[in-house]
Amino acid sequence: MRRILSILLENEPGSLSRIVGLFSQRAYNIDSLTVGTTADQTLSRITITTHGDDRVVEQITKQVNKLVDVLKIIDLTEVPHIERELLLVKVFAKDEATRAAVTRIADVFQGSIIDMGKQSYTLQLLSNAERLESFLDMLRHESDIIELVRSGAVGIGRGDKALKG
Amino acid sequence: MKTEQYNGSELVVKALAALKVEYIFGYPGGSVLDLYDALFQQSEIEHILVRHEQAATHMADGYARATGRVGVVLATSGPGATNCVTGIATAYMDSIPMVVLSGQVPSNLIGDDAFQETDIVGCSRPIVKHSFNCRDAEQIPTVLAKAFYLASTGRPGPVVVELPKDILNPLQKFDYTMPQSIEMRTYNPSVKGHSKQIKKAVEAILGAKRLVIYSGGGIVLSNTSEQLTELVETLNAPITNTLMGLGGISGTHPNFIGMLGMHGNLEANKAMANADVILALGARFDDRVTNNVKKFCPEATIVHVDVDPTSISKTIKAHIPVVGCLASVLEQLQSAIEKSPSRIDRSAQEQWWQQITQWREQKCLSYDLGVDVIKPQTVIEKVYQITQGDAYVSSDVGQHQMFAAQYYPFKKPRQWINSGGLGTMGFGLPAAMGVKLAFPDQHVVCVTGDGSIQMNIQELSTCLQYGLAVKIVSLNNRSLGMVRQWQDMMYGGRHSSSYMESLPDFVALAQSYGHIGIRVDHPSELDGALEKAFAITDRLVFLDIRVDEKEHVYPMQIKLGAVDEMWLKKGVKA
Repeated sequence: MRRILSILLENEPGSLSRIVGLFSQRAYNIDSLTVGTTADQTLSRITITTHGDDRVVEQITKQVNKLVDVLKIIDLTEVPHIERELLLVKVFAKDEATRAAVTRIADVFQGSIIDMGKQSYTLQLLSNAERLESFLDMLRHESDIIELVRSGAVGIGRGDKALKG
Repeated sequence: MKTEQYNGSELVVKALAALKVEYIFGYPGGSVLDLYDALFQQSEIEHILVRHEQAATHMADGYARATGRVGVVLATSGPGATNCVTGIATAYMDSIPMVVLSGQVPSNLIGDDAFQETDIVGCSRPIVKHSFNCRDAEQIPTVLAKAFYLASTGRPGPVVVELPKDILNPLQKFDYTMPQSIEMRTYNPSVKGHSKQIKKAVEAILGAKRLVIYSGGGIVLSNTSEQLTELVETLNAPITNTLMGLGGISGTHPNFIGMLGMHGNLEANKAMANADVILALGARFDDRVTNNVKKFCPEATIVHVDVDPTSISKTIKAHIPVVGCLASVLEQLQSAIEKSPSRIDRSAQEQWWQQITQWREQKCLSYDLGVDVIKPQTVIEKVYQITQGDAYVSSDVGQHQMFAAQYYPFKKPRQWINSGGLGTMGFGLPAAMGVKLAFPDQHVVCVTGDGSIQMNIQELSTCLQYGLAVKIVSLNNRSLGMVRQWQDMMYGGRHSSSYMESLPDFVALAQSYGHIGIRVDHPSELDGALEKAFAITDRLVFLDIRVDEKEHVYPMQIKLGAVDEMWLKKGVKA
C-alpha cells in the first residue's frame, strides 16, 4: 500500500543522507522524496512516498524515528490529509489537432500550458498522485511525451492539527 | 580576570578528561599530530598505541563490554579511519558504547581528494548510532559530551566524531565550556514501560502453564542481572540466554537451561518450541536464534521487552510489546507480579519442569572423549576448572567461540566478551587486551583458533609494550573449523579454502614477540600445560593446543527447521 511519510528533523548537514541511507540499507522503497525548510529554520521537513505492507511500514516508521536527528515522523495516509505534487511535462504538439486535444486535456484537469516550442507544448499540473496519473494517461493517448519531471508529493494534515517542533 | 584559553587539541583532551576517560586506543598520523602533541603533555589519560586501528576499536570495545564504560578510539584520517570500520560495525551490532575520534584533512581541503582524505562519516553511516562532523573548535567539548551521552544511553552504540586538522591547530585559542548536562529535543532514551502493556504482560506471565524467559545482551548492557535473577526466582521460571546474554543469569543457576539457538542446548530450544508464553528481555529474535521464522514457536504468546522499538516485531511478531529500559520495566514487572491477586499455576509449572528435566537428561553437550586426541570441549572445561569459573573470557569467531559459550558457564554479566552479531574474526585478542587493562589482576583468557588469531596477531607487540598478560588459548585444528564443519555437513565434504596449509610455529612466534609459548599435542600434556600457563601472571602465555581437527560443534539446528529441530551428533537428530 502507498504511504506518505512526513518527517521533521534537525536541519543539519548529513541529516538527509541518514534518511536516504536508512532506506537503501534496509531495502525499503522510496517512490519519491522532497525536502525543504520549515517555519522553524532549525528544522527540515522531508516527505517520502513509499509502499509496503503494514509490517514493513511500521518498521520504516520506527527505524526513521530511531535516527538521532529525527524529531517526529507521521504517516499522513493514516489521517485526513491533503497531498500535492507538481508535474511538468513536455509533449509533441506539432499539428493543430494535437494542440487542440492537449489544450482540452489541460483545461479539463485545470492544468496549464506554460511554454511552447515549434513542435511542443509544456504543461504543468498541481494535484495528487491519482489525478496526475490520469492526466498523463490522457496526454499519452493524444500525443507523445518528450520529457517528464515530477516534484514528488508533499502533504499536510487537514484541520487545526499541525506537525511542528 | 581573563580565563585561560585552549587550542582545539587541548579542548579535546580536557573534554575527554572531564568525561572520565582513562584510556584512548589509537594510532597517530598526519591529521591528528596536534592532538597527539596535546596528549603527550598531559597525564590524566593514557594512550595505548596499537599496531593496527582495527585492533584499537576491538580493544576499546572489550574495555567497554567488561566495564560498562565508553571505549574511546583515536585514528588518523583516511586509512586510519577506514581501518576502524570493522570494529565500529562490531560494536554497532552488539550495541557497545564507543566513541571513535577520527582525524580529517583541513576543512578547506575537504572534498578535494586530499592526501589521506576519506569521508569517514559517510563510510560509517550505516553502522553508527550517530556521527558528528565537528567544524568549529569551540564546539568540541559540547560535541564530545553529546557523543558520550548518545553512545552510552538508551540502546548503546558507537558514535563517530570527525575532527578536521584545522580545528586542532595549536595556535588558535578558545574558551573551554563543558556543558553540565545534555538535552537533545530529538533524543529521549530513558523510557518506562507503558502501564497498560505491563498489565497485559503480567496477565500473560501469570496465566502461563509453560513459561520461558529468553534474555539477551540487553540484560548485560543495562546491568539488570540481579533484577532478572529475582524475577526468575519469583516465578521459578526456566530461563535461556542468547549468545550475547550469557552471564545475564549465572550459568550455574538451577533455573538456567542453557544457551538457545543454532548451537544452543536441546532443552533450551525444546522449551522455546513448547512454551505457551515467552518473555523476551533485551533480545532481538536474531536468525541464529529463531532458525526458520515461519516455524518459530507457533503456540507461544510473545511478550517482548526492549528499549529499542525497532527490535520489537522486526523478525517475530510480539503479541505484547513493551518498550522501555529494562531497569524500569523489570522493576514494574516485579512489583506488578507481587501485587497481583493471581498466582502462577504451580502444578502446571511442576509438569513443565518435569518435561524440561527429561530434555536435560539427554545431556546434549556430552561428547566422545576420543583416544590420544585432545577434544576442544575438554580444553574449555579444563580452563573453566583452573580459573574456577571466574575468568574474563573473550573469543574470536568460529567453533572455538561456540565451545567456549557451551562449556564455560559464566557466573556473572560482562565476563563473556564475544562478537555475537557481526561475527568478527580477529576480535578476541584485542578485546581481551582491553579487558586486561581494565582488570589487570583478573585472569583474562582469549579463546581463539589458528584462523582467527592470525587476523590481529600483530597486537602481540602491543601486549609486550603494555605488559598485558592475557592467556591465549588457541584451539588449533589446522583449519577454519566452522567453515569446514559446514562443508562437511552441507557441501559433501569439499573443503574449499578451509585449510590453513602454512601455519606458523605459534610458540616461536609468541617468543619472538617476547612472550611465552607452549605447545600441547597430547591429552596427557594438557593439565600440566594449563597449570603452568595459569601460574604465570606477569607474562602473556600463548597456548597452542592441537585439538581434534574433525570435531564438529553440536547440538546444531537443522537448516530451515523449527527452533528445536537439531542435530545432536554426526547423523543423529533430536
